[in-house]
Amino acid sequence: MTEADLAHKLQLASFRRQTRQATSRPNQLVPENTVAGNALTVVIVIMSFLACLTLGAVTLVRDASRDWQLDIQREVTIQVRPVDGVDVETESAKAAAMARQTPGVAGVEVLDAKENAKLLEPWLGSNLDLSDLPIPRLVVVRLTDPNAANLGDLAARLKAQVKGASLDDHRGWAARLQSMANATVLAGLAILSLVFVATVLSVVFATRGAMASNSVVVSVLHICGAEDGFIAREFQRHFLLLGLRGGLIGAAAAGLLFALLGFLVIPSISGTDSDQVSALFGHFAVGPIGYFGALGIAFLIAVMTALTSRLTVYQHLADGD
Amino acid sequence: MTAGREAGNLIRFENVGLRYGVGPEVLRDLSFDIGPKSFQFLTGPSGAGKTSLIRLFFLALKPTRGLISVFGREVSGLAKSELPALRRRIGVVFQDFRLLDHLTTFENVALPFRVLGREEAAYRADVIDLLRWVGLGDRMHAFPPILSGGEKQRAAIARALITRPEVLLADEPTGNVDPPLARRLMRLFVELNKLGTSVIIATHDINLMNQFDARRLVLEEGRLTIYD
Repeated sequence: MTEADLAHKLQLASFRRQTRQATSRPNQLVPENTVAGNALTVVIVIMSFLACLTLGAVTLVRDASRDWQLDIQREVTIQVRPVDGVDVETESAKAAAMARQTPGVAGVEVLDAKENAKLLEPWLGSNLDLSDLPIPRLVVVRLTDPNAANLGDLAARLKAQVKGASLDDHRGWAARLQSMANATVLAGLAILSLVFVATVLSVVFATRGAMASNSVVVSVLHICGAEDGFIAREFQRHFLLLGLRGGLIGAAAAGLLFALLGFLVIPSISGTDSDQVSALFGHFAVGPIGYFGALGIAFLIAVMTALTSRLTVYQHLADGD
Repeated sequence: MTAGREAGNLIRFENVGLRYGVGPEVLRDLSFDIGPKSFQFLTGPSGAGKTSLIRLFFLALKPTRGLISVFGREVSGLAKSELPALRRRIGVVFQDFRLLDHLTTFENVALPFRVLGREEAAYRADVIDLLRWVGLGDRMHAFPPILSGGEKQRAAIARALITRPEVLLADEPTGNVDPPLARRLMRLFVELNKLGTSVIIATHDINLMNQFDARRLVLEEGRLTIYD
């Protein structure tokens, strides 16, 4: 059998298969599974995947930022520096007692030498005798309601009555973290917008390409008396299905990646690294907003694809007059 | 066959001229009528302007001068949105068939009904009857790429006829078929004409025209001579 015979047989088999399919449902007027259509599906899959990843990252940072904000606002630290001739333990106890008397305080904990050593372990190493070093004592003050506690008054009283004491309400650090988180969220939204614009432009070019490659379809529909609205609806349906398929595949891939990262990657980071990652990103779990948002993006991309193609078809038909 | 020059013409040309851009006129001073239930051949050498005249007939072009009225409406004053309704009253068979390769023969023939928004159940029987009438009853689920030239021709004719247009325009409808099939297709057009459709057949085939006593519109260098 020659190559031409084989190609002919394959073509016949393809047409027979199509013939069997044709008896079950009517074919779309705009041909499906064309090379250009498949390429656009791949582009939409990638765009949807990138948009969903961006949305996931934005929700992750936003959630983490909110957690930081809450944690930081509910906790302040009193630092008691060693001063010559003054017992730092006594001063720490005095500071803790003052804090306990302050309204809005839920609990006070003076970190002992062992806990201090643990905090310094990443920098100074383990099994180090800190008794000879002038290490400040820390008093952790947990607040029930950050707004009810008069931290300014507490700071003033500590400064006046406890030697070497100062109050750190972490606000400067919290403000910097908040700014960074906001900037990340804004950057994420900008990326999301760019992805959408790129998707719309891809669809515009793809629709124009589809109109050009389906000029026979358009001309036959015109000859059969089709109105522009009918032709636009046919192309819109074609691109809506294509956009929905591409969008859902991209969103599903992003969802799978979120789940994999949540379940496999982060638990594999051990020890101190894990603590730091958890401190920054919580449990690196993209919340329901991330998953539902990905689904929303898939549908949004499908609708955007359909509307863009409809407008492009109308413009193409108007230009052709 | 009916001459059909009486009042109530379906298509009327008055001093029509056509040029593309700033080029010379490809059609000049055409004045004629297409009457109801009439049958005519349109002929002329290649390059005489037949294709342009056919495009004017099915409203794909507007004349650069003169008046064309179709079903009583003056074409140059028509809004774009009014064209589809008029086009539905004209069936066109192209020389290159213009069948859609991804649709079955049945779907190609049923296309005008889909465009009208009809449900398949409402037109299925009509389409099958017409496909049987043109000898494609056993090919209705085949796709155009595996149809022969004659089968494609008949499918294109069936698509043009399915909505019973008032005017049928066929461009070289027998150009791709053998003489027996050509005669069969011509009988089909004659039958259709007897049922009330005005038929315009563009052809180069002198022998074919000689077999029928019909009006001839002869185009030469953009000018039309009519032999009744």
